[in-house]
Amino acid sequence: MAATTTVPSASPISGSRSFLRRLCDGDEIARLITFLFAASVVLVTLLLILELWHSSALARHKFGLQFFFTRVWDPIAEQFGALPFIYGTLVTATTALVLAVPLGIGAAIFLAELAPARLSDGLEFFIDLLAAVPSVIYGLLGMFIVVPLMRDYVQPGLKKTLGFLPLFSGPAYGVGFLTAGIVLAIMVSLGATRWESTWKVVVPFARTGILGSIFLALARALGETMAVTMVIGNTPTISSSLFSPGYSIAAVIANEFTEATGDLHLQALIELGLVLFLLTFLLNGVARLLIVVTSQRGGGTALA
Amino acid sequence: MSPRLRWRKFVSGLMLTMTGVCALVAVSVLFFILGYLVYHGGRSINWDFFTKLPAPVGESGGGMANAIVGSAKLLLLASLLGVPIGFLGAIYLAEFSGSRVAFVVRYAADLLNGVPSIVIGIFAYALVVLPFKHFSTLAGGFALGLMMIPITLRSTEDFLLAVPRALREAAMALGASKWKTIATVIVPAAYRGILTAILLAFARVAGETAPLLFTALGNRFWSPGWNQPTASLPVAIFNYAVAPYEDWHRQAWAGGLVLLALILVINIVARAILARGVAVPRA
Repeated sequence: MAATTTVPSASPISGSRSFLRRLCDGDEIARLITFLFAASVVLVTLLLILELWHSSALARHKFGLQFFFTRVWDPIAEQFGALPFIYGTLVTATTALVLAVPLGIGAAIFLAELAPARLSDGLEFFIDLLAAVPSVIYGLLGMFIVVPLMRDYVQPGLKKTLGFLPLFSGPAYGVGFLTAGIVLAIMVSLGATRWESTWKVVVPFARTGILGSIFLALARALGETMAVTMVIGNTPTISSSLFSPGYSIAAVIANEFTEATGDLHLQALIELGLVLFLLTFLLNGVARLLIVVTSQRGGGTALA
Repeated sequence: MSPRLRWRKFVSGLMLTMTGVCALVAVSVLFFILGYLVYHGGRSINWDFFTKLPAPVGESGGGMANAIVGSAKLLLLASLLGVPIGFLGAIYLAEFSGSRVAFVVRYAADLLNGVPSIVIGIFAYALVVLPFKHFSTLAGGFALGLMMIPITLRSTEDFLLAVPRALREAAMALGASKWKTIATVIVPAAYRGILTAILLAFARVAGETAPLLFTALGNRFWSPGWNQPTASLPVAIFNYAVAPYEDWHRQAWAGGLVLLALILVINIVARAILARGVAVPRA
């Protein structure tokens, strides 16, 4: 009986810390201040989207959907079509991926599955550093090494490749490879060679995660500015050859923004920025979804 | 050993070697970049490079003093914007928020993190350059600060969440209020991680060029105060590289070397801080 009476009498003491009391403790103040800072992140992001939308209104109304299908980019005649830039962006990003994906996945398999722990720790450290190299330096190397090598041929994809390697090793690493370790050991003991077990068990297991990291890398490659601007040749033409000059969305913004001849020109450039934003937004969304799916599946299997 | 098995072993060995080569190529690229920059830029790095203004076109010599100071000012502004918002926002996410608010904030931060840097530049142009009517250090610092926010926020939050629950409960049980727990127990326990997060975010924006092109613009002279266009190391490298003068190219290499060295050192220091101790002290 005594025990039952103490329970209700205890709860008011802990539960009735009034708002005023908590205010005096500083909890509410701290909560409010930190909330304001957290909210400002959301605010700034919304503002960014609004600003892009609002600042490109003129161009959006004038050209409508035609903006995406017109090949002419003529600031003097105020004719603006985004097609050459969209084409150039997709081509450079795809080239970068074609070069980077096999290398990245190969390196990731080696680091996660095959290298001894100490070696892979060391290599991973250097690959992280490689990711920290700013893109203007890739552009510098591209300008003075690759472009002269190809003379007038330009292949911007190449420079962008290596910066994205870590993106592949990163997520693929954590996401699926390691959880499959046990299955791998069983496969090997059943008579599979080391490579067969890696390729047929671990890689399919991590497939969605790998795909996710590819999307992530694609988003980065699409928005890459400096490395591309410095080597792409900056010519708004659509060419079937990978080795002729082109132009990308980010590069045209970088080159023409400060020299825009009029409001419409500026707004057309901002609309290009909006297009770039939406593209990367979509790709990032898909990538995150794929990575979440993989890690949940990985966790489930590990538990089972 | 049957031929079939021998073939399988051969394929296995071959592919394993190939993955090793992939890893090796990736790593050697870093050393190639570093070596190439040292080879081409090393000779142009002298006292003048750090202390003199750029020489007029046609004259040799001169340095990038204004770009180095400009970069320092821009990064100071960026840190003033990015670190408080990232750090305090992360405290809110890790300690105070409900799951729904946290989801919205995290989503916004990830979105912001994914925005191409050139688009951040457009945003800073519209928000800071247009109202003030000219390019400025302020606008460049704002653009870089925006990029620092999501990086600092997300990794600081991770480190805060890694602090064991027992530490929180112990502090609360001693009667500490929530904010006191945060200020005296949780943040000190996670400080190595938080410092690493801030340093990595700093290193990341230190090399950013695209958002500065039409916010800080560039300047061949000193930029007094905060409301003038300013030179910065990455933009100077870009401008010097695309210019047709041999002497400027040498300066670009030197600038690239200084920038890369700075960024690599910060990265290594940040990782060393994290590796030196477990983020959470064992009581």
